[in-house]
Order: sequence, then C-alpha cells, then structure tokens
Amino acid sequence: MTDRKPMPALIDDDVDQVDADLVVRLRLLDDTRPGAGAETPPDLSELASRAGLLDVAIDAVDTPVGRLVLAATEAGVISCSYRDQDEVASRLATAVSPRVLRAPARLDPVRRELDEYFAGRLTRFTAPVDLRLASEFSRRVLTALGGIGYGTTTTYGALASRLGRPSAARAVGHALGANPVCVIVPCHRVVGADGRLTGYAGGVEAKQLLLSLEGRQVS
Amino acid sequence: MLPPFYELVDAYWRDVARLCLAMAGPDDGEDAAQRAWLNALRAYPSLKHGRNLKGWLLTVAARAAIDGHRDRARRPVPMADPPERTSSGLGEPGVLPGDGIWALVAELPERERVAVGLRYALDQPHAEIAATIGVSEAMSRRLVSDGLAKLRIALRETEEKDKDD
Repeated sequence: MTDRKPMPALIDDDVDQVDADLVVRLRLLDDTRPGAGAETPPDLSELASRAGLLDVAIDAVDTPVGRLVLAATEAGVISCSYRDQDEVASRLATAVSPRVLRAPARLDPVRRELDEYFAGRLTRFTAPVDLRLASEFSRRVLTALGGIGYGTTTTYGALASRLGRPSAARAVGHALGANPVCVIVPCHRVVGADGRLTGYAGGVEAKQLLLSLEGRQVS
Repeated sequence: MLPPFYELVDAYWRDVARLCLAMAGPDDGEDAAQRAWLNALRAYPSLKHGRNLKGWLLTVAARAAIDGHRDRARRPVPMADPPERTSSGLGEPGVLPGDGIWALVAELPERERVAVGLRYALDQPHAEIAATIGVSEAMSRRLVSDGLAKLRIALRETEEKDKDD
C-alpha cells in the first residue's frame, strides 16, 4: 500500500469517476451511529473543567429585569450584563481568554443567588467578583459600592467625595456605566443629586425595578 | 482576534464528529472527537490569528483520530487463544461505518487518509482540503486519487482473502 506510482493530477469529477463505486461506498458513511447523529453540540464544559481548560464559563439567565449574561472565571463572576451574549463572549475572549464555553453548571451558585435576590430573600451577594474587565479607576468606584447597602442609595457626587475626588461626579458616572457586573455590583444604587434615576445599562425602568425590589420608593 | 471557543463548537461540531467517525471508526469515533476538542481547547489561545479556524480544527480532529488508532495498534490485546484469521468485517452492518471501507482508509498513509476523509466524509472541495492541510489544490487531488488507487488494491486483496477463507 505504500508504493507510489505517478498519478496525473485529475479534475474533481475525474477523480470521483475513475473510482465511482469506491466513492459511493465512502459516501455511505453512516451518520446515525452514536454521537454522529446528535442533534445538539457536545457539552464540553465538564470535560474542559476537569482538564483545567475552562477559562471562562458563560450562560444567560432570565430575570425580572430581562435576560442577563453571566460569565465567571476561576476568580469569580466577571460579567453580569444586559448586553447580547455573543458580544459579551467576544469581549471576554479578547480580554481574558478565548477559551470561553457555555457552562451552566459552573454558574449555578451565582444563578441561585440572583434568583434569591429577585425573590427578595437575599440582600447581599456572596459570590466572589472578578473586576478584571473594569479600568483601574472604574474598579475603585465599583469597589466603593460595597459600602452602599441593600435598599439604600447614594449620589454620584457623594460617591466621588467618598473616593477623595469630589469634583469627579461625571467620571464616577462613566465608571458606573461601564460596570461589567451589573446587579451584583450595585451600580443601580447610585442616583442623581436630585434623587432622579439617570442612565442605567439595563434602562431606567430596570433601575427603578431593582430599587423598588429593595424597598426604595423612587420616582 | 480569536472568537470565543463555543462559536467553533457550534459551527463545526458536526464536521468534527463525522470526520472522527470516518477516521477512527465507530468504536473510537466519539472518544476521538472528545480528544480532538480537548486538544483544540488546549492549543487554542496560542493561535496567532483567527484565519481558517475550520481547517485548523479539522486538522486537530484528524490527528486525534489517527493518534487513537495508533494507540490501539500498540496496545496488546489479551487473548485466550491464538487469533484465527477472521473475515475483514467488510460490509458487516454495525461493525464499521460506510460499508467497512473506512477501515481500509485507516490503513492509508496519513496525508492521503486525511485528504480522503475531508473529501468524502465532509464532502469538501479540493480548494478547501488544500487550505485545511496546507497543500496546493493539485496536491489535494493527487492525495485523494492516490488514496483511492490504494484503496482499490486493498479492497481487491481483502475480497480475495475473504474468498479464500
């Protein structure tokens, strides 16, 4: 089988025609056997996780404020986003690792916390958070939100003062707008100086819903 | 810039499953596909660019199928009695895919084997095969037609042997 005889380069059809009966048999490859006839893509999350190759787990969860895209690394929840899943995944692939897999099981703990939160039974998230996607200043702002408890609000200006930069209310607003871990890192608890709900990644209605859930009467 | 890995899985899982089935046989096809995915996942972040990811992935899959085949060939099979010369299994339903002929494809030299797999298991045109394995289109045709010629000889030999038995 290993001796080579010179063979002229043939066009496609000729190759197939010279050995037409062989080609028919090769094409008979049976797709219905185990594994080959599956209807859905293989779930690689278990396999990858065991091999230490699951860098980013991603999945979506439906909540009263809409569909949230959840993602986690070894370090913690890196994304809880109102954006489209593919968009979030692309960003994670570039910024963290392209080994991004759908892995619902890996996200179960934080999904459970979100369920409890939206049921009004959880006032403080315990899942660790990975703020790698936030810029350094943004990270400082988001970390400072840890001091704004459930059911309370603060203002952009107050938060800026708390960070020692009283004139940076606008920058604080931008930093909050770039919050990669919405709801869990409670940027929704920051409102305008006059108490009005200003911009929010999930829309002002979502912000209102979150604050009402936490027992705040807001306009 | 590399896309999230799950996009590759979504786009090409059927091709990977089918190629592994063709090249590793029904017993090892699924395992080969799993090995292929793990190998691909392991190597993925070190790719320098996202061009021709399909070709890269199928090459990884073909290699995983071939490596499994080699491993099995090396592994001693415990047997109580000396093996009898049995039928090749050609055409036995449920034993080998595609009428048994893919068992003979498994014996082809590696490049011909991969080219035949891409051509007939995945129905790729030669331009795509050429891109996948990094040869010219003419070479792809040549690999496939050489492979077919060897298959024909092997097939004749097997059938004659079966007749003798």
